[in-house]
Amino acid sequence: MFYREAGQFKTSYEADGQILPIRQDRIALFVTLAVALLALPLISSPYMLSAILIPFLIFALAALGLNILTGYAGQLSLGTAAFMAVGAFASYNFVARIPGIPVLLAFVLGGLCAAMVGIAFGLPSLRIRGFYLAASTLATQFFVVWCLTKIPWLTGHSSSGVITAQKMEILGYAFDTPERKYVLVLGVVAFMALLAKNMLRSNVGRSWMAVRDMDVAAEVIGFRLMRTKLLAFAVSSFYCGVAGALYAFAYLGTVEPEAYNLDLSFRILFMIIIGGVGSILGSFLGAAFIVLLPVFLNILAHGLALPTSVASNLELMTFGALIIFFLIVEPHGLARLWQIGKEKLRLWPFPH
Amino acid sequence: MKKALKTLALSVALIGSFASAQAQVTEQFVALPSYRVGPYAAGGSGFYGGIIDYFNLVNANGGINGVKVSWEECETEYNPSRGVECYERLKTKNGGATMVEPLSTGIAYGILDRIPQDKVPMTTLGYGRSDAANGKVFPYVFPLISDYWSQAAAMIKYLGDKDGGVAKLKGKKIVHLYHDSAFGKEPLPVLEALAAQHGFELIKIPVAPPGSEQQSQWLQIRQAKPDHVILWGWGVMNSVAIKTAQRNGFPREKILGVWWAGSEEDTVPSGDAAKGYTAMSFNTPGNYPVLDEIRKKIYTGGKGNLADQSRIGSVYHMRGVTAGILFVEAMRTAQEKFGKGKPVSGEQLRWGLENLNIDEARQKAIGALNMFPPVKTSCDDHEGSGAVKVQQWDGKKWNAITPNWIVGDKALVRKLVEESSNKYAAEKKITPACMK
Repeated sequence: MFYREAGQFKTSYEADGQILPIRQDRIALFVTLAVALLALPLISSPYMLSAILIPFLIFALAALGLNILTGYAGQLSLGTAAFMAVGAFASYNFVARIPGIPVLLAFVLGGLCAAMVGIAFGLPSLRIRGFYLAASTLATQFFVVWCLTKIPWLTGHSSSGVITAQKMEILGYAFDTPERKYVLVLGVVAFMALLAKNMLRSNVGRSWMAVRDMDVAAEVIGFRLMRTKLLAFAVSSFYCGVAGALYAFAYLGTVEPEAYNLDLSFRILFMIIIGGVGSILGSFLGAAFIVLLPVFLNILAHGLALPTSVASNLELMTFGALIIFFLIVEPHGLARLWQIGKEKLRLWPFPH
Repeated sequence: MKKALKTLALSVALIGSFASAQAQVTEQFVALPSYRVGPYAAGGSGFYGGIIDYFNLVNANGGINGVKVSWEECETEYNPSRGVECYERLKTKNGGATMVEPLSTGIAYGILDRIPQDKVPMTTLGYGRSDAANGKVFPYVFPLISDYWSQAAAMIKYLGDKDGGVAKLKGKKIVHLYHDSAFGKEPLPVLEALAAQHGFELIKIPVAPPGSEQQSQWLQIRQAKPDHVILWGWGVMNSVAIKTAQRNGFPREKILGVWWAGSEEDTVPSGDAAKGYTAMSFNTPGNYPVLDEIRKKIYTGGKGNLADQSRIGSVYHMRGVTAGILFVEAMRTAQEKFGKGKPVSGEQLRWGLENLNIDEARQKAIGALNMFPPVKTSCDDHEGSGAVKVQQWDGKKWNAITPNWIVGDKALVRKLVEESSNKYAAEKKITPACMK
């Protein structure tokens, strides 16, 4: 960005407390949102929308949820996919069992169910931290999937445990084409990202960061540890739950519990590690990296007419190498790279 | 966030430029979202290798009335999310895919709602939703030859015959040792109904995926002293089961595997332990003229798809060749109705798949007599056969031990198919009807 905030003075507390204090940033955000909302659905092919952009946005939301918990509140978790599963299966049940329920309300209720599960499995965080907590959140992962395969009521008594997500309708308007699904997902994700941005600047966010940086000190200065940590688990699980519901309703359509396996949890963890721990932008960058890069490599390998078996192994190798490279060059993720670039440009051409 | 979207817009432009290249439609294009890496690579490479070998053979022989078959693979790693992406990518290539075969229950479920909209028929040979056999509710899904429910019914029939008639099953114990996932639970409605009907005790023992540890399950089996064990496994679970059975002194002859537990990849790693083990199959193991032709015309020219030539005619490869034959016959059938010598559209190919009739004479002409059961599909019956065989591992290769094709309780399976598919239709607000 070849612009500086020099000359933009803040004269009131309101001006100082804006989400984006620099005018150019604000304009750029509105322009990108407008492009994403108005132009992309028109110019993108259905493939681009339904196979690239929708999963990218959904994974970004899930990564954002994990980032709230891990990046901002400092609680490691490996149960992301389980919270997504709770959100998805709960939303499915709300739609199936309460006739005429608005689908967005079902998503919110699904998210709340995930939040409750999150609180229950967040309880160990009061006593243990770090890798030990990560290991204990693994229990969520296995417990939730186990529940979904064992309790037929949760999956609507389907013989194989697979649910079929219902049609999405809001006020009689069906979201059934790739364009419409994309707009719905974009709306939900943009709203929740904005919400997260605001939450993190508020008291709540500050208390999370205080706990992350040193929980004993945070307790001494008056933050209530239990409330803060459990709130982080609740909010994070809510985000993951909504992402899971979108994954089932707007992307896959039909899911079996196995779709939300440990592998998915790891992928979302990689997203925030690569994108940037403790950064909203990082969640999006990380999701883009993990979702888009394999597809891009795959298409590239195909363009070079490599045999499929070679291509897919090459893809894994390149992907792994790039991850290692990025983490060596910038262990704080892509978001930090961006920040450094911005700071350098701010001082350019005089580096002092 | 805006920066993220900007990055995104860039990538979009890049990928878009790759995807937009489209070719003239002169070939019959098939989408193959395959997997050749990851935990299930052995199955994927054999199956897709078989399909591609047969397509290559058809093309080498001049195509279907002059129309060549073309295809494109896309690596899914058996991951539903990747599979959906692959399907979306392939479906618009080369003027549009006219058929898709994902060989994964998860991916099949992921694209189930998309295929009727896109008018791309999907085949699910021996997996997926069993109730998709009802073409009135699932016009675009074809669980050809046999689905899980028919197989489960056939298994019970075979076990009954082995004991001297299904009536003899009364009071016996049958263990269903299954992969604890949608795949493993799929046959339960049929097994439970048959248990109630014939009076045998069904003991359900789940194995947590991937199934590399089964000590406690086999201890439980040994205590229960069952008359038969149905091994409904997948991947690494199968060889672990066979080896653990040996360690616990359970006779392998009493174990009957599902067809995904009946390949060389399952028995060879188990070594001696697998000797005498039986499993289901919808192929008759052995050699066929069509395989010889593939060896001669494709592999000597170096165009074969399998890296290891000894895998030609192995269970997965033969299953792939069978799939290839069914696809090509469907294309031929569709061409006979909609005009020979030009590729048919997805909708037309759907008709071809729904009106398949591969009898023994046709099989003989292809050079695959008895390789798979005769298939005759209709709107009501997208499965087309439901017949299976039982094969036994002799330590070196599979041998068919039932000379005839076995068909289980068809009426019962049909009843369950109707119930389940109508429930789906009600959920999705589909009015069941035959398509023209």
